[in-house]
Amino acid sequence: MKILVVDDETDVQMLFTQRFRSEIRNKEMEFAFAFSGEEAIEYMEGHENEAVLILSDINMPGMSGLELLKHIKLKYEKPPPVVMMITAYGDDENYNEAMKLGADDFLTKPVDFPKLKEKLKTQLI
Amino acid sequence: MVLQTILTLIILSQLRKTLKTAGLLSKWDKLIWTGVFLCIALIVLNSILKENVQIAIWLSHALFFSLLYLIFTQKEFLSAKPLIYALLPLTAINFIEDVVKAVDHDFYKSTEDYFGTAVMFAVVWMIAMLIINNKQKKELENERLKNEEKEKEYKITETLKAALEVQVKERTAELTRQKEELEQTLNELKSAQSQLIQSEKMASLGELTAGIAHEIQNPLNFVNNFSEVSKELLDEMKAEMDMGNGEAARDLADDVIQNLEKINHHGKRADAIVKGMLQHSRASSNEKEPVDINALCDEYLRLSYHGLRAKDKSFNATLKTDFDDSIKKINIVPQDVGRVIMNLLTNAFYAVTEKKVDMIAAGLKYEPSVSIITKKVPEGVEIRVCDNGKGIPEEIKEKIFQPFFTTKPTGKGTGLGLSLSYDIITKGHNGELKVETKENDSENTGTTFIISLPE
Repeated sequence: MKILVVDDETDVQMLFTQRFRSEIRNKEMEFAFAFSGEEAIEYMEGHENEAVLILSDINMPGMSGLELLKHIKLKYEKPPPVVMMITAYGDDENYNEAMKLGADDFLTKPVDFPKLKEKLKTQLI
Repeated sequence: MVLQTILTLIILSQLRKTLKTAGLLSKWDKLIWTGVFLCIALIVLNSILKENVQIAIWLSHALFFSLLYLIFTQKEFLSAKPLIYALLPLTAINFIEDVVKAVDHDFYKSTEDYFGTAVMFAVVWMIAMLIINNKQKKELENERLKNEEKEKEYKITETLKAALEVQVKERTAELTRQKEELEQTLNELKSAQSQLIQSEKMASLGELTAGIAHEIQNPLNFVNNFSEVSKELLDEMKAEMDMGNGEAARDLADDVIQNLEKINHHGKRADAIVKGMLQHSRASSNEKEPVDINALCDEYLRLSYHGLRAKDKSFNATLKTDFDDSIKKINIVPQDVGRVIMNLLTNAFYAVTEKKVDMIAAGLKYEPSVSIITKKVPEGVEIRVCDNGKGIPEEIKEKIFQPFFTTKPTGKGTGLGLSLSYDIITKGHNGELKVETKENDSENTGTTFIISLPE
C-alpha cells in the first residue's frame, strides 16, 4: 500500500523519507507526494487500481485538505481510501468538519512521528 | 435827523439778529442795547427840543459814525457791512445836508433841490442794495442750512462709524474666540486621528498575528523534525562506522549535511517572519529603502491569507500570483506598502467570502479566487490585487477612499483601511491607487485595485 502525503510545503518529502527511512528500506511502506489538493487528485486518477492511504494537510492554497477529503470520499466509494488529516489549527471546527466528511483520523502539527508510525502500521495491517 | 437815528436803529437790530444766529450775541448785547436806548433817547430829545437846536442832530450823527467805525473795525460785525453799503449814501447825504444847513443856511436853501434829488437817488440805491442784500442773505442762509445739514449728516456718519467700530470689535473678539475653539478642536481631531491610525495599525497587526503564528509554526516544525532526524542519522552513522561501513556512513553524513541546510533554511525563514512582524508593528520610520516588490507581495499574500484562515476556518480561496521578474528593486517604505497590500488583500478575501455565502444560498457553483499581479510599466511598477467577488456598486465607488467609509458591519471595519492606503500610496510614495470594478456581470464580476508606484 502506498501512502500519499499531501502538503504545500515541499520539504515534507525529504522529512518523511528520512523519518521513515528504515520502513522504506525494508519495503514496509511506500510513499508518494503531492504538493496540492489538485495534484493529489491527479495522482489518484493516474493510479486508479492502487490502494492508497492519504495523509493530507488542511491549509493549502487552492483546494484545501477538507475539499480533497470530500472529493475522495464521494468519488471512491468501494472501498474508500483511508484519509488522515493533519493541520496546524487543531480546533473543534476543523475537527468536526473533517469527521463529518469521513476523515479516518485527525492529527495536529507538530506531527508526533513515532505515534504516526504506529497509526500507519495499524492501518496497513 | 430822525432818519439818521431810525437807520441806526435798523442797523442795530439787524446786527443783533446776525450776531444772535452766529452765537456771538452775549459779548455785544449790552452795547447794542445801549445804542438802542441812545437812539430812543435822541428821538425823544429831538421831539422835545425844537428844530433849531442842533445838539440832538450832531449826537445822532456821532452815534451813527461810531457804529460805522465799530462795524468796519470789528470782525464780528462783518455781516452788517452790506446793510451799511446800502444805507451809506443816504446817511452821507443826510450828514452833508445837515452840515451845509448848519454852515450856510442860504446856500442850503439854494441847493435844497439838489439834495432832494440826491436823497431820491440814495433811496433808489438803498432799495436796490437792500434787494440784492436780501437775495445774497437768502443764498447765504441756504448755504448755511446746507452746511448745517452736512454737519448733521457728518455727525450721524460719525455716530454710525463709532457704533460700527464697536460692532467690529465685538465681532473680531467673537471670531478670535471661535478661531481658538476651532484650533483646539483641530488639535483634538489631529490627536484622535493619530490614535485611529495607530488602532488601525494594531487591528491589521491583529490580523497579521494569526498569519504569522501559522507561518512561523511550519518552519519551526521543520527545524525540530530535521534536527531530531539528524540525531537519529548520526546514531546510525556511528553504528555504521563501528561496523566499518565507510560508504554507508558517508551517505548518512551527506543526509545530515542536507538536513542541517534545511534547518538553517527554515530557521532563517522564521527569522524573516519575525523581522517582518517587528517592522510592521514598529511606528513607521518613513525611511524608504530598495525593496523587492515581488517578495513583498508574496510575503503579505501568505500572511493575510493565513491570518484570515486562522479567524475563519471555513474560508478558502484560490490564490494566484503572477510576478513580473523583470522588476528591479524600488525605493519604498516596505511596512507601509505592505500594509496597503495586506489591506487590499483582506478586502478581496472579504469580497469573495460574501459572494460565496450568496452563491451557496442560491445553490450555485462558485470558485473564490484572489490574485496578485505585478507588472513593470514605463512609469514604474504596477501591483494589481484582483478578486472575483461581488464588485463595488457604482454609487459607493466614489466613496471607498473616504475616511470612515465602510460597508462592513459595525465593529468589523474601521473604515480607515482604504483611506490610509490611499494616503500611503499617493502622499507617501507619489503613486496612484485606483479601482476597477464590475458588478452584476454574470461572467466576470469582481474588483481590481491597482497600485502604481513610480520608479
